[in-house]
Amino acid sequence: MWAAPLLLVAAGGAIAAAQTPAELQARSLAASCAACHGTDGNALVSSATPRLAGLDKDTFLREMREFRAGARPATVMQQIAKGFTDAQTEQLAEYFAGQK
Amino acid sequence: MNRRAVVRSLVLGGAAAVAPACFGPWRRASAAKVVVVGGGYGGATAAKYLRLLSNGTLDVVLIEPAPQFISAPLSNLVVGGLLQLADLTVSYEGLRRRHGVTLIRDRVTSIDAVGRSVSLGAGGSLRYDKLVLSPGIEPMWGAIAGLETAHALGQILPAWTAGPDTTGLHAQLTAMRDGGVFAIVIPETPYRCPPAPYERASLAAAYLQQYKPKSKVLVLDANQDVVAMPGLFKEAWRDLYGGMLEYRNHCKATSVDGATGTVRFEVADDVTADVLNVLPPVRAGALAVQAGLANVNSRWCEVDFLSFESKLAKHIHILGDSIQAAPQMPKSGHMANAHAKVAAAAIVAELQGWPLDPAPMLTNTCYSYVSATEVIHSAAVYGYLAGEGTFKPVPGAGGVSPHREAMEAQFARAWAHNIWADMLG
Repeated sequence: MWAAPLLLVAAGGAIAAAQTPAELQARSLAASCAACHGTDGNALVSSATPRLAGLDKDTFLREMREFRAGARPATVMQQIAKGFTDAQTEQLAEYFAGQK
Repeated sequence: MNRRAVVRSLVLGGAAAVAPACFGPWRRASAAKVVVVGGGYGGATAAKYLRLLSNGTLDVVLIEPAPQFISAPLSNLVVGGLLQLADLTVSYEGLRRRHGVTLIRDRVTSIDAVGRSVSLGAGGSLRYDKLVLSPGIEPMWGAIAGLETAHALGQILPAWTAGPDTTGLHAQLTAMRDGGVFAIVIPETPYRCPPAPYERASLAAAYLQQYKPKSKVLVLDANQDVVAMPGLFKEAWRDLYGGMLEYRNHCKATSVDGATGTVRFEVADDVTADVLNVLPPVRAGALAVQAGLANVNSRWCEVDFLSFESKLAKHIHILGDSIQAAPQMPKSGHMANAHAKVAAAAIVAELQGWPLDPAPMLTNTCYSYVSATEVIHSAAVYGYLAGEGTFKPVPGAGGVSPHREAMEAQFARAWAHNIWADMLG
């Protein structure tokens, strides 16, 4: 339904607040994964691309290392993983580990 | 055009239309308001992420004339008879219900960049603190004589935005005689979605091979070579379609005759086809052009890549296919989605008085079907280079598929459903 301009509805759901510039930046960086892995890492249940939300930090880091080294089978991720620095990868790992 | 000239023209555009009206009841004193124009990959993503990244504190309005979103990515599968348009159609309702975006089904007729308001087709106007434009593309009909008329008569359907033309083009293929010719005519780059014409040619060939095997597919390209993934496309054409598909370069169309299905070129010989799919050159969406924001060759809008704010007008951010892209940045739905997130974060930061993220990142993956079952991709990661003021591909990252694969088709579908959910879910 298209609403005429009326009162806004408050956003529902568990939405992580971007409270500080650092949190906004981290969330924004993580959003670059969302097109394939879902908003905040919540990929669709039936999706061939895995969910990242709630993924253990060490697992995320190990898998990204393996993608970069070509040691983990992939179609796209070995190409994407190389695009992020160690510091950015660490930030992503932390962010997704903190998502429910 | 310098900034002052543009601002003047924008003001005139606004004044000529409608005197600013007031939508008082829904404008909360405390909340800044962002108006997003265009509900495609860029605009819908921007609307959602403005709400998410502001933790619901911004008033966000999305203005879009279409009742539902229809994806251009995957629409070549409709042309090839493998999907229905309904499979690519998603409601805007999630943006309202789940994210508190106000939806207005209308067009914006003009922008007042000084008074910061947009005029609506139905009358009245809306004030904004920040405006996000994601107006997509507009065909440059005048570049190919006769094309606009042939399109209006339903003879030639470019089908470069997904909708009735997409199903119409499939209907033309199904009505074609066995032994007929399907010709696709491709404009010079830059145009929306570099691999798309080659994907369409592949899927038309796959369809004809199955149902009308005596037919022929001609790929008539204004460019020197296949623009995206040339090795992978040509290998697939050779392996899968043999003599059925023929590629010709340096075919820049100048005119068409819709009644006879004939296309004329600058240099190459005329071609007559049973189904003629001519893609005109495109430029930034009409609103951006009309507002004087398309300052690069009167086609594309130059933006500051840290925020996607127009280089000509403060508080107006432009996303997606309409922008003058950074080097090696394709015009794609995935890129528009990525632009939108950087722009949304920049708008949230600016309205909070925070510094902008100095090093935003963009990703892009373009999947292309080369047959009903096999898919190839091109992927890239872009980092912002402060010294150059632009995004560039991160060296060593990105690339294309080593070969076409059925497994990539699963990822192509997953990409589509996840990005639609990321924009609209």
